[in-house]
Amino acid sequence: MEVVTMRAKYKTSVKEPGIPGVLNMTEDKFSFSPNDPRVSVKLDVGFRSIKGHKFSKEGSKQALLNLTQESGGYIFEFDKFSDRDICRDFVGKVLGKLQAVTSSRQDAHGESERAAIPVNDEQLSTAEMERRMKLLREDSELQKLHKQFVISGVLSEAEFWAARKNLLDADTHTTLKQRVGFKSAMLADVRPLTDGRTNKVTFSLTPEIIHQIFAEKPAVHQAFLNFVPSKMTEKDFWTKYCRAEYLHRTKNSVAAEAEAAEDEDLAVFLRHDDILANEARRKIRRVDPTLDMEADEGDDYLHLPDHGILRDGIKERNTDVENELTKRTLLQDINRHAAVVLEGRTLDVELGDTRTVAEALARSKQAELATGSSDENQNQERLERVSRMTEIEDLQAPRSLPLAPLCIKDPREYFDSQQANALKALGDTGAGARPVSCNLRTEEAYNSLSEHISEIKAAGFSDPVVNPDVAVKVINVLTHHLSSTCIRLGKNPQESVLDRLPNRTKEELLHHWTSIQELLRHFWSSYPVTTSYLYTKVGRLKDALTQIYPKLQEIKESMQSDSRHQVSLLVQPMLQALDAAFAHYDAEMQKISTKSRERPNGFA
Amino acid sequence: MASTASKLYSDDVSLVVVLLDTNPFFWAIAKNSNNNNPNLSFSNFLNHVLPFLNSILLLNQINQVVVIATGVNSCGYIYDSSSSPPASAAKSEDGNMPGIFSRVIQKLEEFVIKDQELSKDESVVGNPSSLLSGSLSLALCYIQRVFRSGPLHPHPRILCLQGSPDGPEQYVAVMNAIFSAQRSMVPIDSCVVGAQHSAFLQQASYITGGVYIKPQHLDGLFQYLTMVFATDLQSRSFLQLPRPVGVDFRASCFCHKKTIDMGFICSVCLSIFCKHHKKCSTCGSVFNQANPDSTLLPDRKRKTPDA
Repeated sequence: MEVVTMRAKYKTSVKEPGIPGVLNMTEDKFSFSPNDPRVSVKLDVGFRSIKGHKFSKEGSKQALLNLTQESGGYIFEFDKFSDRDICRDFVGKVLGKLQAVTSSRQDAHGESERAAIPVNDEQLSTAEMERRMKLLREDSELQKLHKQFVISGVLSEAEFWAARKNLLDADTHTTLKQRVGFKSAMLADVRPLTDGRTNKVTFSLTPEIIHQIFAEKPAVHQAFLNFVPSKMTEKDFWTKYCRAEYLHRTKNSVAAEAEAAEDEDLAVFLRHDDILANEARRKIRRVDPTLDMEADEGDDYLHLPDHGILRDGIKERNTDVENELTKRTLLQDINRHAAVVLEGRTLDVELGDTRTVAEALARSKQAELATGSSDENQNQERLERVSRMTEIEDLQAPRSLPLAPLCIKDPREYFDSQQANALKALGDTGAGARPVSCNLRTEEAYNSLSEHISEIKAAGFSDPVVNPDVAVKVINVLTHHLSSTCIRLGKNPQESVLDRLPNRTKEELLHHWTSIQELLRHFWSSYPVTTSYLYTKVGRLKDALTQIYPKLQEIKESMQSDSRHQVSLLVQPMLQALDAAFAHYDAEMQKISTKSRERPNGFA
Repeated sequence: MASTASKLYSDDVSLVVVLLDTNPFFWAIAKNSNNNNPNLSFSNFLNHVLPFLNSILLLNQINQVVVIATGVNSCGYIYDSSSSPPASAAKSEDGNMPGIFSRVIQKLEEFVIKDQELSKDESVVGNPSSLLSGSLSLALCYIQRVFRSGPLHPHPRILCLQGSPDGPEQYVAVMNAIFSAQRSMVPIDSCVVGAQHSAFLQQASYITGGVYIKPQHLDGLFQYLTMVFATDLQSRSFLQLPRPVGVDFRASCFCHKKTIDMGFICSVCLSIFCKHHKKCSTCGSVFNQANPDSTLLPDRKRKTPDA
């Protein structure tokens, strides 16, 4: 535990001369004991009560540190600014730590309090509750309904939300924790830190990096499983690894080989990765066999002059051609890294303990292999794939899908089922419009048509095309028709009757619609009534519906006579929906009562 | 020529595909029955329609008109203003009418003769209806070709000039054509010159956002056509055109022809029935035993939220 002890003067205000003494600070409290034992001022205060700290600027008259409480505070004056700074930094650190702890604790406390509020009869998680609150906040319509029905007791909270599961679910999806994949930055970015003075090179490995190393370098992974902790400690392992890495990086291949000869463990890291090669071979087998991979093989330009990769600021052209092994390593590294990043992280293990991570990774690898099916199977699959790809379309039988052709006996039925109503709307009675039955023979008919054509050919167009009187008549008829439909349907075809009603009425109507819909949805979904719970629910809903009925009538009657018709047209379907529900309710009640009467007689 | 034209294509350039009803039976009756429509014979009809087509071409230099004849046995392209040489080049052979019209009429004559050749039966029972579905499909095909011709093209619309009554046997084909027109945003305007309203065209215009009229005074047909159908689609939004009072889409059941609000629908062919059948009478699908009473059986337990 860190302790800071500093000479300081304690004072209650800046102006005071202060009491000289010693300030002692530990991680959870600070104490002040005056030099003069006769002075009764002695402090022993926990940092918990401290809300913040202030300090005087460097270069000002006094080196002050003020630890503030809810009211007042403790002011200390130091001899030097440097002394004050030490204390200030310490206090800052301690307060920061404390705040983090208390805030999280407070959160937990607050949440448990909120969750403890009894929500009717179900236990809801805080998250669920918050989600619902959020939905209500966002949708005023929903809030209105909620207020109207849940608070008044027509629907229970659970019932109300049961119908909106999809809303809640949709929200859950968005709050689902996204799984974080590997960083796309290469491991090469883990640069060793060198301090200029000594020859020490520091690598810093985080659990994140270790996981990535395991995923990208199966050989290291394997070695870790084999050596740790039986042969060496984890620290030793990573030291060795970093050493190998460092040698490799500094291109000191001679030194690396020399060391590898000495230390066989180190050699593991430098050796060409067989596991990787194996894996690559396996993957290649899975590639579409019709793909010509050889064609792409010469696609790296590393061997060409002026091509290379910028790494650590130096263009790293592969000049040591003699070393076949390292020739393509960088490209391979990049590809390997890309593959791992794309594969993503499949582990659900908390990063931290290296051993568990390594084991979990090994397990997932094995599972992958197992699902990858046996070699034979794969070969078979490959062959099938090849044959599928090389299929010659002309020689294949048409792939017949198992479907029965739709055969419609008489499409006239469809026409008839619509025509009657469609024509009725146009005011066409159909009576008298039936053309005189046609007894014409085909030839006659065609002849007469040809006659007409030659007639116009011979005579030409009449001049004028339309008799002016007739034209005026047509114009009058059309404009009359237009203006009359204008009045009937409003100027704008998009404008609905609702827009012409007063705002209040419009809102009321829309609100009644939504409440009716809400109630009816619950009403119909409660059928068939099998439990007493549903029985009472239906009764409750019916009562609520009955209350809306007179309100609709009221709206209708309050309207001016000219728009009353429009409103009653709008209200009509609502009333019909309500009536249908009432009728069903009554019929069901009837059924239940007769059933209960029948039962005693033994008919049930 | 095409390249200069393409630069000029603005939002008020129209491509009007006109479907002419050439049902000989209808026109023969129309001539004979003087009580209903005293003045409209086929020659009179052409007398109104051809000047109307000309006026469309005159409205904009690069407006385009395509005429398709709707016969009883076949359909065919009669005229395409884009493929014909300019009117000035083809001076009329006889002095009666402009060259383009004499060509239209000539093609129409040829079409009627061909259509007649296709009809085998000497005597036909009842009134054969025109092949509206066929000509609609031809029109849509033409329009699709225009759509694919490049980013700039005239705005197409279809105008149906229909006299003969609907052919119920074409229901599926016609509805398919209507829906594809709706999908490609091609309005179908319709002008019914026969005695009866056409349920097909009424629906077509309603669904595609076109205009449906049935002129009362057929002797003023030209006036109707120019007033209602001549304007391009862009200008239409500023105009007050005849609008339907509303289309009643309620269906009646196939079994009793009763208008119903709620009924049973075949999930395969969408036939409508007022009661439950074991087998669909239209497409023959066998329906599963869905006993509506089974829901009332008390032994079926329902989960309640907190029971």
